[in-house]
Amino acid sequence: MNSIISLNISRFLLLVLVQVIVLNNINFLGYINPYPYILFILLYPINNNRALFIFLSFMLGLTIDLFSDSGGVHAAASVTLAYIRPVFLKSSFGTMYEHQTIKISSAEIGQRLTYFSIATLIHHIILFSFEVFSASKILLIIKKSLFSSIFTIILCLIITILFSRKPK
Amino acid sequence: MQQIVNFFLRNKNFLLYLFLLFLSLVFIVQSHSYHQSKFINSANFLTGGIFSGVNNIRQYFNLREENQQLLQENNRLKSLVFNDEDSLVIDTTLAKKYNIVPAKVYKNSYSSTNNYLTINKGKRDSIEEDLGVITSKGIIGIIDNTSKGYARVMTVLNSNSRINAQLKKSDHFGTLMWDGKSPQIVQLVDLPKQAPIMEGDTITTGGRSIIFPKGIPIGSVISLSLDETENYYLVNIQLFNDMTSIGHVHVIKNLDMKEIETVNNPDE
Repeated sequence: MNSIISLNISRFLLLVLVQVIVLNNINFLGYINPYPYILFILLYPINNNRALFIFLSFMLGLTIDLFSDSGGVHAAASVTLAYIRPVFLKSSFGTMYEHQTIKISSAEIGQRLTYFSIATLIHHIILFSFEVFSASKILLIIKKSLFSSIFTIILCLIITILFSRKPK
Repeated sequence: MQQIVNFFLRNKNFLLYLFLLFLSLVFIVQSHSYHQSKFINSANFLTGGIFSGVNNIRQYFNLREENQQLLQENNRLKSLVFNDEDSLVIDTTLAKKYNIVPAKVYKNSYSSTNNYLTINKGKRDSIEEDLGVITSKGIIGIIDNTSKGYARVMTVLNSNSRINAQLKKSDHFGTLMWDGKSPQIVQLVDLPKQAPIMEGDTITTGGRSIIFPKGIPIGSVISLSLDETENYYLVNIQLFNDMTSIGHVHVIKNLDMKEIETVNNPDE
């Protein structure tokens, strides 16, 4: 139990630092930034204290907001993602989720890809709608969220593959 | 009563979610109104400290570029000294009216719709809100939040930014805004149709606001069209500054600011 707590704390700090120091400055083609800090929310243990999980996700988003001067857009997107995560888990892992037996690090690559893709897309659409905050610029919102999502999904997959423990 | 408690207990996750979402919406709305985003900004002890550490490392990579810029500015200043008849705006009368404080940029952003800089001067160096920020090439933005050692600058690449600007060759003025698309191009609106404007013209600050002195360069006109009312121009301006790479800036402090404000608002 202790190792899970320390793992999540270090994951939180590491993802925030990498996000604000390195990834917020990529600006590929001028506006595309990946946001793989949502990995914290995606990989959080399934059988959790739900209220604590939602609160931690809010704090994660707020910390990112603090560093990138964006008001509360990351907090809003993260807390929403945390709240509706069970829906994504059910739709991409099916019965494995209901039996509480899934380990995301050992799941099939296809299932993992579906899970990451749905979650990232929803998160980014919320994020950029709040960031642009104007319905007349809907094309800009869609463009930004689509391209950033592709970037984020690829990065999330690479990170999980690199840092997963080898099954023995 | 029992039922109300039960209701709260059953839906406590949903209520917590709603509460946190509401809180973040409050922060978002606050960040869209000028001078309101007091809590969530990067000009505080923690974020400023981390960004200054990162900047200490990063500045080594920009040394060559930085030297180039200093060389260019040195050249310009030398040519001013040697050619006395050259009449640029920065003369002795300006030096008495404005205090200029150099500062280093710790954090820059240009890819979102509301962009801010964090600089390493704050209240300790008598930097306050509503001071103008420029570089040797042109305008950057306005300070909108300060802490003890750091300040946050709302750049021209911010959808809330409104700066008075005018043509260099005549006194027709308009408002400088940004549509959130390209970090090189800003928009000048409400410029009257009578203004003698052409592509390639230089746009400078207007001097009607007390923040910037008159005549600080902004950019050059790349395209212009009439707006819906057909009475005003909508001008696209290419900025002189490369907003994606800013190392050092100067903060301008108008020493007469208080005096002008009391003249403008005699009731207070």
